[in-house]
Amino acid sequence: MSSRFVVFLIPIVVIAIFWVMAKSEKKLAHDPTHKSFFERNGTVLGVSFILLVAFWTLFLVVLPYLYMVVESFHPKLPFNQRGGEKDVLTLEQYKSFFVTPTDGSWNVNHMGAFVFTIITSVAVTALNFAICYPLAYYMAQAGTAQKVRLIMLALIVPYWVNEILRAFSLRLLLASKGLINQALMGMGLTEKPLDFMAMDVGLYVGLSYAYLLVMIFPLYNAIESLDKNQIEAARDLGAPWWKIHRDVVIPYAKPGIASGCTMVFMLAAGSLAAPQFLGGPSTLWFTSIVYDFFFQAFNWPRGAAYAFILLAACIAFVMLMLRLFKVSLGETIK
Amino acid sequence: MSAGVELDHVTVRFGQFTAVEDATLDIKGGEFFSFLGPSGCGKTTILRTVSGFLDPSQGRVRIGGQDMTGIGPNKRPTALIFQNLALFPLMTVADNITYGLRVRGMPKAERMKRAGELLDLIALPDQGNKLVSELSGGQKQRVAIARALAVQPKVLLLDEPLSALDLKLRQHMRTELRAIQQQVGITFIYITHDQGEALTMSDRIAVMSDGVIQQVSDGKNVYDHPDTPFVASFVGENNPFAGKVTQADSSFAVVETAHGALRGRNPKGLKAGDKAILFVRPESFVLGEGAPDATIHAETISSAFEGNATHVFLKGATKKEITVTVGRHGGAKIPSQGERAAIHYAPEMGIVLPEGKMARE
Repeated sequence: MSSRFVVFLIPIVVIAIFWVMAKSEKKLAHDPTHKSFFERNGTVLGVSFILLVAFWTLFLVVLPYLYMVVESFHPKLPFNQRGGEKDVLTLEQYKSFFVTPTDGSWNVNHMGAFVFTIITSVAVTALNFAICYPLAYYMAQAGTAQKVRLIMLALIVPYWVNEILRAFSLRLLLASKGLINQALMGMGLTEKPLDFMAMDVGLYVGLSYAYLLVMIFPLYNAIESLDKNQIEAARDLGAPWWKIHRDVVIPYAKPGIASGCTMVFMLAAGSLAAPQFLGGPSTLWFTSIVYDFFFQAFNWPRGAAYAFILLAACIAFVMLMLRLFKVSLGETIK
Repeated sequence: MSAGVELDHVTVRFGQFTAVEDATLDIKGGEFFSFLGPSGCGKTTILRTVSGFLDPSQGRVRIGGQDMTGIGPNKRPTALIFQNLALFPLMTVADNITYGLRVRGMPKAERMKRAGELLDLIALPDQGNKLVSELSGGQKQRVAIARALAVQPKVLLLDEPLSALDLKLRQHMRTELRAIQQQVGITFIYITHDQGEALTMSDRIAVMSDGVIQQVSDGKNVYDHPDTPFVASFVGENNPFAGKVTQADSSFAVVETAHGALRGRNPKGLKAGDKAILFVRPESFVLGEGAPDATIHAETISSAFEGNATHVFLKGATKKEITVTVGRHGGAKIPSQGERAAIHYAPEMGIVLPEGKMARE
């Protein structure tokens, strides 16, 4: 049985699972007056719900990923050889991340890009948090309603501008003959223009800016529900401002912080546009490599394998962080 | 350990709105002092000004003789108990209680020892490791008190801390608060809209209305010798009879009301022709005829038996009915509905005050 064939068995399994769930709902409910799924919705509507949800889960969520997983365990073959005797399950695509297939040496280039991507994403997340926390705190606790509305507007309106335009405008600012270098030289602070692009300043600024809202709203939501009296109580008991944040605000907002950081980290590590436009000439972002495998080399199996390596690493990293900071996964999506 | 609190012509404004107007007060060290008034009267504003969360627009606050201008709430020798208690939900009971000591850098071992002592004081021994959410309402109350006392404040400020409790517990906590105050001996400033709380616990009470302190005195005086119609009508039940003074001397005045000429004490020295309100408390009325200028005839609307007493409601000249409280011991016959009844009072139990704003019903 071909491994790709498994993919077509799954729809039936998924529909069956939903069916069993709908059927057993009444039994699992402790409330005896609880109406079952079909009693509530009628048979026709109930069946169409199950089919629609199954379609959604399958065709938009499970199948595409599953196809990619399967793909990543196959060798790259011309179309006419697919399903032939050379089309076997293999780990060679995953292996190629560590060892270059052509000469058997360590694949320093790709592993280096991978580590760089992860570390940069962590740094971007930290930078983003440092920028967003004070702002979110101000919006949630300190600011008047009118000022908060103004800040919200100032935060959201720039996102109406498309990503490419935003990235290139940043490039213009940071270019060697750009506004910032001109200003620095004009004030006599530097003699030669600073190469911000090579220093990856553009990358950090661009990525932080791109995901500002993703960080600020979970933080704002979390801090906003904190009872003001808690802050005042801590202050009244003698705590200076930074201890109030350390002991009262941050522990309370921890789920929001975890949620914001997780999303920013995941999005930054998987971003494509900002690193391509704002990275320095020698900067190699991991998703660019994945992109090239898919669209330049037409090596889908290897691209898929690389993408899953990134996904697995990011999930593992996030889980580790959540464990370290004692936040449950459920809390972050509240 | 205790310190007095002086308000020196304190005025607090929020934009156009004046929340507290020219409050001058001298609260003595070790006193249990209450601010009593309806919501929005400015009592919480005073508390926040004393604790340092608000700066007076004019005037000064002095604690222990020291001017507090420019000193933040974290540097003042006061501790505040919030209306909703504001305990830290993510900390244990012991961590809550010792938070003020922790931010002062006290070592953990010493802190935990202190937590033990305070838990004993509030009668919750060995509950230090529990989370706040595992405690009952009354226990949370006591933890909030312990947390405030832990920093050894000279003045404890309490913002209606009992309002969330049910009646029985509230009455019990009154006694307990008073006992704790006497034990630790520091100044308590208590904010409440509940006159029962103010009367039972306080050494002295300031009655407030619309940002103005109406009267400062002990509970008995506030009840028996109100200074203004507001105090007379806000503290305890009272029956007002408005009218014009027809004759007056230094001790008594007669007011011509819708129920005829009625006599009462004249502490404010009103003169004939002044507009005035005579107040007679429900328990000061007695059923039956009395002196002609201290007797009212009115139709009975209803009566309510309340165990230890019966309230009789008579039709007044205005919309508000006249309430008469009849104790059980007299064995008096309660007039039935529709019956015309006579009630009287001893003239010294009536008090004539100059016309002024009354408490809203």
